[in-house]
Amino acid sequence: MISHHFDDATLVARAAGAMSEGMSLLIDSHLHWCKECQERAWQAEQIGGQLLDQLTPAELLEDSLSSVLALLDEDAPVATFKPRVSGSDEVPEPLAQLIGGDLDALPWRGMGIGLQQYDLNLGGAGACRLLRIKPGVSVPHHTHKGNELTMILRGSYSDDIGRFCKGDVADLDDQVKHQPIVDTEHECICLIATDAPLQFTGIMGRLAQPFIGL
Amino acid sequence: MTEQQPEGVDVNAAAAIEDEAKKRERDGWSDLLATLAESRSKSDFALLYKHFAPRVKAYIIRFGMPPAAAEELTQESMLAVWRKAHMYTRGKASASTWIFTLARNLCIDRLRREKAVEYELPEEEVDPDQRHYGEQAILEDRMSKAFSQLPEAQAQVLYLSYYEGKSHSEISEQLGIPLGSVKSRMRLAFAKLKSYWGEQDQ
Repeated sequence: MISHHFDDATLVARAAGAMSEGMSLLIDSHLHWCKECQERAWQAEQIGGQLLDQLTPAELLEDSLSSVLALLDEDAPVATFKPRVSGSDEVPEPLAQLIGGDLDALPWRGMGIGLQQYDLNLGGAGACRLLRIKPGVSVPHHTHKGNELTMILRGSYSDDIGRFCKGDVADLDDQVKHQPIVDTEHECICLIATDAPLQFTGIMGRLAQPFIGL
Repeated sequence: MTEQQPEGVDVNAAAAIEDEAKKRERDGWSDLLATLAESRSKSDFALLYKHFAPRVKAYIIRFGMPPAAAEELTQESMLAVWRKAHMYTRGKASASTWIFTLARNLCIDRLRREKAVEYELPEEEVDPDQRHYGEQAILEDRMSKAFSQLPEAQAQVLYLSYYEGKSHSEISEQLGIPLGSVKSRMRLAFAKLKSYWGEQDQ
């Protein structure tokens, strides 16, 4: 049962194509499981359609239509076709395209006590990585310069905002300072996407920052 | 739009045909796109092209593409309309929305200079009550009214976002306002536009 959803502003930015790759991936992953956000995402795309209609048309090249008509009978290029990977109970389909459906099969890297990560290395601004956190461990207190999205894939955690379980997303920005802690005896695996580096607060955070390079 | 000649007109059908004509006029583009997968009609495609391609090109230019690349991407987007027509669900989105989404995705792929992985959101089960069916026309009338009534500050963040593909942080820098203000303006604008959906259910 998903109980934490995206902010409207996040779904609007996704519909507008104004999100980092990692954040779009995370949003699409949650949408895969969440009817409620799907509905709002659809509405945000309607806005795009409306705005498209209202644009002053641009001049096309003279042979624009004829060049395209000439291509209609050609088959779509097959070379770019990638077989779709289906998701699993823990990995929604959009994410499974990149990492497969088995979280335990990933080459996790340690980042200190009770914390492992897998970086999706998507490039661009910000970061997109999976974190694997042992029970009782907390991520250092930090604030965000930009937006930070988190989606839970396994287990749960709690922070200043509430309790987050599988499928839930935390949608935070620079107004929020938080310290998530894994609140059951099971590990927690989550996908985190940011559009700017995190800023850790407190002495532990400052010590941890260069070390874990978040 | 071309008027289709009804076959074997009879008196009883006349009213229905009139209704149909109104409906086509109101939301003809979506109907045309919906039949494209079956009909594979190049003349229908050409009609869609003439209407949408110049708008798609305008959108892509605003999204930050140089004109030559924008023309190429426009052609690519419209080719995708032809090739993916079978994926268009009439009740789910208007033609404009669907074509906007295709063009947007191509822009993003191009800007990231890599093929994005293709996945689709799960197919919605067809609603028994066809919730979205035919909503678009009414919606879109109301929405364009809604746009013109948005306070300038709210309209501005929508435009920067949709038309220029700027992220929340980029908008916050450009306007010199905090990130939180960008997001709250966006939320307010979205809420206002959504209230137009709400009126549907009255």
